[in-house]
Amino acid sequence: MPNPMKIRAASKDGVTEVKVLMNHEMETGFRKDSSGAPIPAWFITDVVAKLNGKEVMQAQWGASVSKNPYLAFKIKGGAAGDKVSVTWTDSKGETRTDEATVS
Amino acid sequence: MMLASQDRRGFLRHTGLFGLAISALTFLPRMAHAAWNKPAFDAKTMADAYKAMGVENPTASADVTLVASDIAENGAVVPVQAISKIPNTTQISFLVEKNPNMLAAAFDIGPDMLADVTTRIKMGQTSNVIALVKADGKYFTAAKEIKVTLGGCGG
Repeated sequence: MPNPMKIRAASKDGVTEVKVLMNHEMETGFRKDSSGAPIPAWFITDVVAKLNGKEVMQAQWGASVSKNPYLAFKIKGGAAGDKVSVTWTDSKGETRTDEATVS
Repeated sequence: MMLASQDRRGFLRHTGLFGLAISALTFLPRMAHAAWNKPAFDAKTMADAYKAMGVENPTASADVTLVASDIAENGAVVPVQAISKIPNTTQISFLVEKNPNMLAAAFDIGPDMLADVTTRIKMGQTSNVIALVKADGKYFTAAKEIKVTLGGCGG
């Protein structure tokens, strides 16, 4: 099971700003290990964000998103108590969903 | 690779316990999604990346803002933010001209979103970074050179 994300969602003046920190190696496939063997690419390819179960954003990522990716985005509307969920899927097919409550 | 440990700590401090909640939404039906655009992410020239993304005649626009520092001390962690003031913006992408693969990330901006996204990308060397915006089927860009003092793609 991949490590959890940290999600913070705060509503202000009719906009909910969501900040997400994911746990992922984001290997590019260009690096080599200490013996010189290439380290296979392994990275998050798809990200989906939902507000109260309704999809608001999706993203496609490549390997050049930084290790332990950070993501921030802004949703129109949203209020304290609403639920924001973020799901990622990586190039090995692993997936992780976490949820936060808007403050 | 080094992490931006200070950023990480700051984030942890602000996050509190909210992030630890585990979602029960995993099994809800998902909207249909476009398949991951492998040709675009594998492209090794800007022309190929644009072609794979269906980009035609991208024009520089003052209504697209790319927020990033002039110098990235650590190419492994380069914060970038793109903001579009163009109505009907439906996609924001980040591309790095001198990376082995240019396309870093593409965000589909739904009607419930503001056209304002922030992430952190890797840069192998000093390069132009491009924020590419799709609005009403047309493409607009903002570019900024970011100097990298320590590359982010080395072994």
